[in-house]
Amino acid sequence: MTLTPFASYSNPILLYKYPISKRWPPDRAEPAREVAEIEGFDSMEPMNARSAEIVEVCLLAGKIMLENGGETYRVEDTMIRIASAYGAEGPQSFVMPTGIMFAIEGSESATRLVRISQRSTNLNKVTEVNDISRRIAGGHLRPEEACRLLKEVQRGTPVYPLGVQLVLAALASGCFLILYQGTWADMPAAMLCGGTGFWLLGRVAKLSSIRLFGELIAALAVGLLSYLVVRLGIGQQHSTIMIASVMPLVPGLLITNAVRDLMAGHLVSGISKGAEAFLTAFAIGAGIGIALTLNG
Amino acid sequence: MIADYISQSVASFVGTACFGVIFQIPKRSLMQCGLTGMVGWLVYYGLDQGSAGPIAATWASAVLIGLIAHYQAIRFKVPVTVFSVSGIIPLVPGGMAYDAMLRVVQNDYMSAVELGAKAFMLSGAIAVGLVFSEVVNQLVKRARAGMSRAGG
Repeated sequence: MTLTPFASYSNPILLYKYPISKRWPPDRAEPAREVAEIEGFDSMEPMNARSAEIVEVCLLAGKIMLENGGETYRVEDTMIRIASAYGAEGPQSFVMPTGIMFAIEGSESATRLVRISQRSTNLNKVTEVNDISRRIAGGHLRPEEACRLLKEVQRGTPVYPLGVQLVLAALASGCFLILYQGTWADMPAAMLCGGTGFWLLGRVAKLSSIRLFGELIAALAVGLLSYLVVRLGIGQQHSTIMIASVMPLVPGLLITNAVRDLMAGHLVSGISKGAEAFLTAFAIGAGIGIALTLNG
Repeated sequence: MIADYISQSVASFVGTACFGVIFQIPKRSLMQCGLTGMVGWLVYYGLDQGSAGPIAATWASAVLIGLIAHYQAIRFKVPVTVFSVSGIIPLVPGGMAYDAMLRVVQNDYMSAVELGAKAFMLSGAIAVGLVFSEVVNQLVKRARAGMSRAGG
């Protein structure tokens, strides 16, 4: 948007902002210096670019957080903090699990929309963006630098490679077996089933874009495998092994985030995340149910 | 008895930390995450073994996990989710939901509904516990802000 000199006559806000003595055309008696000042105001391009830059940094930060399991209220809060730190006027953000809208008001207003299609869990990235937003709020980062850092975070690889995750998911199943009053002798069986379930979840999720299908197949496999393991004599208590092995599939992050979003007044996000958690739990239950039925 | 508590604490510590890895929490927070889960689980386990019912035990444990998570989040400058998310996993009523599912498959709908309602109440207790800790946290923050204003 460029501000033409004559607009100042018709626009009451601009009249208020730039008092009579600075209006165009200047009185003949006024010194030339004033004209130069007005012409400086005239070219709004650099200010506008800055505004676009702020919006880009905010949206990038919000996108990374939302895609990696940040709570809605945290995403909104971070974006507004960054915008305010850069001196943007009246920043407004509207965040849903599936998209972000962000706007800056004022004379150089800018509005942009970002669609979020893929969501996974990587709390390390959320923490890193949180750190960057802290540094911005402290006034230590310029927009272009922040943008570069955020892009680095976005490209970043998982902290723990898939193999490590797989082994530890299996270990988690073994530990949960103990928590649910299982015997130490059943631990290898639970680890085998839990690891297989977690591995399948990742594989099936890659194959099909339907989210809940992966959980269903993984739970079904865990159920069948736990029967097999008991029949082969590796494990004893069938039900405890099955419950412990299903634990890595439980939508824990969704449950906590849904609750926190509802508390912060983000009803749309809270309810939709709660629905997602419910459906995931239902898919797991259905998989287990099919396995139970197959074994009569 | 004591051996039981030791094995429970080891299992809950390792299990929660493993969940932290699945959620990709930063390496420096893994230890505290495991501790949060361990304390939460021990409180639940102790209360459940004692006279408190499972719902009250779950609620108390969720409140404690929320408070510890808030404290650590401020102390280590990390989002709260990092600590609370894996801490509550052991409390999720997986066993009861499994039993409910089993009854459905066996066409025993009366017991299935009963167990399902219990599982629902337990997950509700986790949610309410988290809400409660958040409220306490806000009150403390406000009281502190008020005190510093009065003092300054």
